[in-house]
Amino acid sequence: MKVSLNWLNDYVDIGEVSPAELAEKITRSGIEVDAVDDRSEGLKNIVVGYVLECSKHPQADKLNVCRVDVGEEAPVQIICGAPNVAAGQHVVVARPGARLPGGIKIKKAKLRGEESHGMICSLQELGFDGKVVPKAYADGIYVLPESAEPGSDALAILGLDDTVLELDLTPNRADALSMLGVAYEAGAILSQEVKLPDTSHGETGDPASGMLNLRIDAPEANPLYGAKVVRNVKVGESPDWLKARLMAAGVRPLNNIVDVTNYVLIEYGQPLHAFDYDRLGTGEIVVRHAGEGETIVTLDGAERKLQPHHLLITNGREPVAIAGVMGGANSEVHDGTTSVVIEAAWFDPASVRRTSRELGLRSDASTRFEKGVDPNRVLAAGERAAALMEELAGGEVMAGTVLFDELDKEPVRVTVSPDFINERLGMKIPFEDMEKILGRLQFPYEAVNGLFVIDAPTRRGDIAIPEDIVEEIARLYGYDEIPKTLPVAESIPGGLNPYQAKRRVVRRFLEGAGLYQAITYSLTSEKEAQKFALDTAPVTKLLMPMSEERSTLRQSLLPHLLEAATYNTARQAGSVALYETGSVFLAEGADGLPVEVEHAAAVITGDWSGSEWQGSKRPVDFYAVKGIVEGMLDLLGLTGRLSFRKGEMAGLHPGRTADVLLDGERVGIIGQLHPSEQKARDLKDTVVMELNLEEVLRKENEPLLYRPVPKFPSVSRDVALVVTKPTESGTLESAIRSSAGNLLKEVRVFDVYEGDKMEEGMKSIAFSLTYQDPEHTLTDEEVTEVHHRVIEALEAEGAKVRS
Amino acid sequence: MEQQLNQLKEEALGAIRSADSVRSLNDIRVKYLGKKGPITDLLKGMGKLPAEERPKMGALVNEVRGKVTEVLEARMAVLEEEAVSRKLEAEAIDVTLPGTPAGTGNHHPLTRIVEEIEDFFISMGYEVAEGPEVEKDYYNFEALNLPKGHPARDMQDSFYITEDVLLRTHTSPVQARTMEAKEGQPFRIICPGKVYRRDNDDATHSHQFTQIEGLVVGENIRMSDLKGTLDRFAKKMFGEEREIRLRPSYFPFTEPSVEMDISCFKCGGEGCNVCKGTGWIEILGAGMVHPNVLRMGGYDPDVMSGFAFGMGPERIAMLKYGIDDIRHFYTDDVRFIAQFHRAEG
Ligand SMILES: [Zn+2]
Repeated sequence: MKVSLNWLNDYVDIGEVSPAELAEKITRSGIEVDAVDDRSEGLKNIVVGYVLECSKHPQADKLNVCRVDVGEEAPVQIICGAPNVAAGQHVVVARPGARLPGGIKIKKAKLRGEESHGMICSLQELGFDGKVVPKAYADGIYVLPESAEPGSDALAILGLDDTVLELDLTPNRADALSMLGVAYEAGAILSQEVKLPDTSHGETGDPASGMLNLRIDAPEANPLYGAKVVRNVKVGESPDWLKARLMAAGVRPLNNIVDVTNYVLIEYGQPLHAFDYDRLGTGEIVVRHAGEGETIVTLDGAERKLQPHHLLITNGREPVAIAGVMGGANSEVHDGTTSVVIEAAWFDPASVRRTSRELGLRSDASTRFEKGVDPNRVLAAGERAAALMEELAGGEVMAGTVLFDELDKEPVRVTVSPDFINERLGMKIPFEDMEKILGRLQFPYEAVNGLFVIDAPTRRGDIAIPEDIVEEIARLYGYDEIPKTLPVAESIPGGLNPYQAKRRVVRRFLEGAGLYQAITYSLTSEKEAQKFALDTAPVTKLLMPMSEERSTLRQSLLPHLLEAATYNTARQAGSVALYETGSVFLAEGADGLPVEVEHAAAVITGDWSGSEWQGSKRPVDFYAVKGIVEGMLDLLGLTGRLSFRKGEMAGLHPGRTADVLLDGERVGIIGQLHPSEQKARDLKDTVVMELNLEEVLRKENEPLLYRPVPKFPSVSRDVALVVTKPTESGTLESAIRSSAGNLLKEVRVFDVYEGDKMEEGMKSIAFSLTYQDPEHTLTDEEVTEVHHRVIEALEAEGAKVRS
Repeated sequence: MEQQLNQLKEEALGAIRSADSVRSLNDIRVKYLGKKGPITDLLKGMGKLPAEERPKMGALVNEVRGKVTEVLEARMAVLEEEAVSRKLEAEAIDVTLPGTPAGTGNHHPLTRIVEEIEDFFISMGYEVAEGPEVEKDYYNFEALNLPKGHPARDMQDSFYITEDVLLRTHTSPVQARTMEAKEGQPFRIICPGKVYRRDNDDATHSHQFTQIEGLVVGENIRMSDLKGTLDRFAKKMFGEEREIRLRPSYFPFTEPSVEMDISCFKCGGEGCNVCKGTGWIEILGAGMVHPNVLRMGGYDPDVMSGFAFGMGPERIAMLKYGIDDIRHFYTDDVRFIAQFHRAEG
């Protein structure tokens, strides 16, 4: 909402308060002022000129040589390129030394050999937005009324001696979508009365109802409809003050009739519509819902297909307007209009909102109707428009209003105690101060038994409950006055729950291991959504995606992490290591929502660990990532319950992929990217993992208890085995563990060899076994006995002990 | 014999002086003091001397041996030290070469901000509450005093999955869910999480972003409590010298509603490019929980009251670290993330 302070001053005395100060006060007490636009800023030495003569420039077709009276003894010569310049016009002249917006300085100049003492200005050159400039002057200079005195300051005539405040309104403050609403707000802030506009006008002897019939077929959607008829209007240009105010408010002037409806809309916040009575054709207005397949061509020339719940204004035969949204082209006021019907109505906000949204058609009218207009201001706005049409278009207002009125206009009664207000705020505002604030707000109230009984004015549709009064009192008393305290209550222990605490442990571990945390988008394309998913589930799709790329919820974190890896490798040398924790979204659960599971995933590509100059840098391999998974689960106390088996997944190397099992259940996957996948993504060798983090973190581990540090030494025995190549070390390790019994403390693979010194199809794996007894020092015989059992078990698995 | 001894002594001492390595010195030791050396021979030959000369000669031999040993040990110490020095010198490394890298990953700046906020509120007795990112319309809107048809819940702004299910547009549904779960008991929660809105991604908009909200419900929770809490939070997050101010605002789920500004941490309130010349920076929205929200959560607004606040970690990170484009948070460029590894203070 753009608020011209000159205009606002009609209703409330701003007095000596500077625009900046007023803006600050308004912002601090409720409505954010986005900008304070001093419209005269940068404008200097701009006067009224009268074009005495105008002839073609001898050297240039498109230029005119004008002799202009600028209020001095002798006229001055000004070269003007505007197509619409002509002798006899009053124009805006920027004299030499003048300044225009954007820091432009006007100097004496020679244009193709002819001297020019200044510039005749268009409105755009004076800083007006092209969108608000009247169409007649859109491509040329602006022409002032004949009353303008040559040599006088042109800024006042153009309304540029003004400051405009731009208000950023929250949805609850629709009351401030009007000059009067802003006046009440400013009045409350400055403790000033509000003067209402003059709505008085003359009336003809004939009643309006003699010319117009009214029928409302949809009283729920349109409980109030008032129509005034104004005869014998002369359609023409509006006076400068009116045009200037509309332009200041961001509205393009059109003609005096339409300008009046727009002016009153801004003044009262009540949208009005003017129909050409003769074009209406039937002397009748019927408000009804649209029929199946009905259409209307709106003022903007577009044909709109209507639905049966859209409310229409009709002439009894065909639609002439979409109620509260936009008028129809067929009944539009035009230059030849002589009689006008002014519509002042109240339409159901939800209905207007729905219609406007469905038709993709927003207007100044719909914006206000859908937030609810003041029921008690509807008819006053109609009278105001009639008065202005009488004054500005020479119209005769027919007696009375053709009216349908079933609208509840009663104010909402709110009862609230001063104690409640102070308790909620944690303040001690005196009763008298609260009374003063209610007075400033012009909220009628009574103090009954120490309670405020307030009749909230209908212009403030946002006031309905005691808490609303708390806010009104607080904002005008000043939020700076609220003390700073802390909640007085039994203190509740805060903190992370075990799940959240363990999640932090996991993140810190992954970062400590050298991975950077990524955060990627949850939405992806349908094609990518199921890639690398641990479990297959139906996808969750948006009803109306903004693009195919972001249409479906992901089921794996890996596709976007891999994208991030490619992005990074394309921009820097070396390796990338990223991880992410985040939700994946699987098939619909019992409660109608998708099953949302938190996963952790990692991508490592290129080199991993080591030092380049020491020659120890190595490309990432499966085991690097497996080590990370093992380390992470060890940190969560789950080592003993973790196992791995050969796995498979589309997009991963078939020989280098493992399922991660926890308590025998698959909770994740580790694998090298399939070579074709690597190539497609422009990546070097890349290893990924993804875990169902939720499953992992939900596992309770053993309580952390001290175990005595061994008092007796341990004994190590190594065993090197020759086995067939496909034999998994895990199988051998299981054989060792199950045969060794309690004395075995640790098994470790310390060497694997598959080179040419081995027999074809064979490999060597060497284990180091550690034996220990907590009660005594083991004897050689005891160890040998156990170790023999182990070797027998290994041989039973087909392993040969290497000498 | 005495003369022989002295000559032997001079010879040995000369050899020791000219010895230039531990090894040659050891040879000298063996040669002069060893079991087959001349001094041992002299001692063995003592028996041939007359008995009265023996003590004198014995003392003399011991003296010579003692002297030679002493000088030899001293020389040995010097040579050993020299040997160690030479070895150390040979072992010297280029200490300016880079160290072997330790793990170098770090958290995302948004996690850093979120955890910092979580930890502050945990210290004030808050629990961390989380909820689903795909929500029911009821929890995302209705339970928060945003009934169907409310102007503040425009269909255009949300990603719907069905008519009743959508990607949550804020973390506020966690508030509604927590009230249900707490069944009328007082509580304090902080709720971080991802949220989604129908925005085209540009320098200041992202269709996916992060929010963190707080909610305190109890008996006689006052607006002054909200102000005091936010004041401490602002000082913790942006520096002890920060001031806060509250401005009236509007949120459907709070009444009264406010926005909180902090005094600019760059210029201290003088006005600069960060605060756009105002001296104040908008940080978060807050307010007293709307009685309808309390009621729908199963709390009697005549008995209980509460305050809530919410903010965007992206905005806070952008302000705190001077980040100019919200898309950086979701591009996952390591050159960006890696900048947020170190401790502050
Ligand atoms: Zn600043």
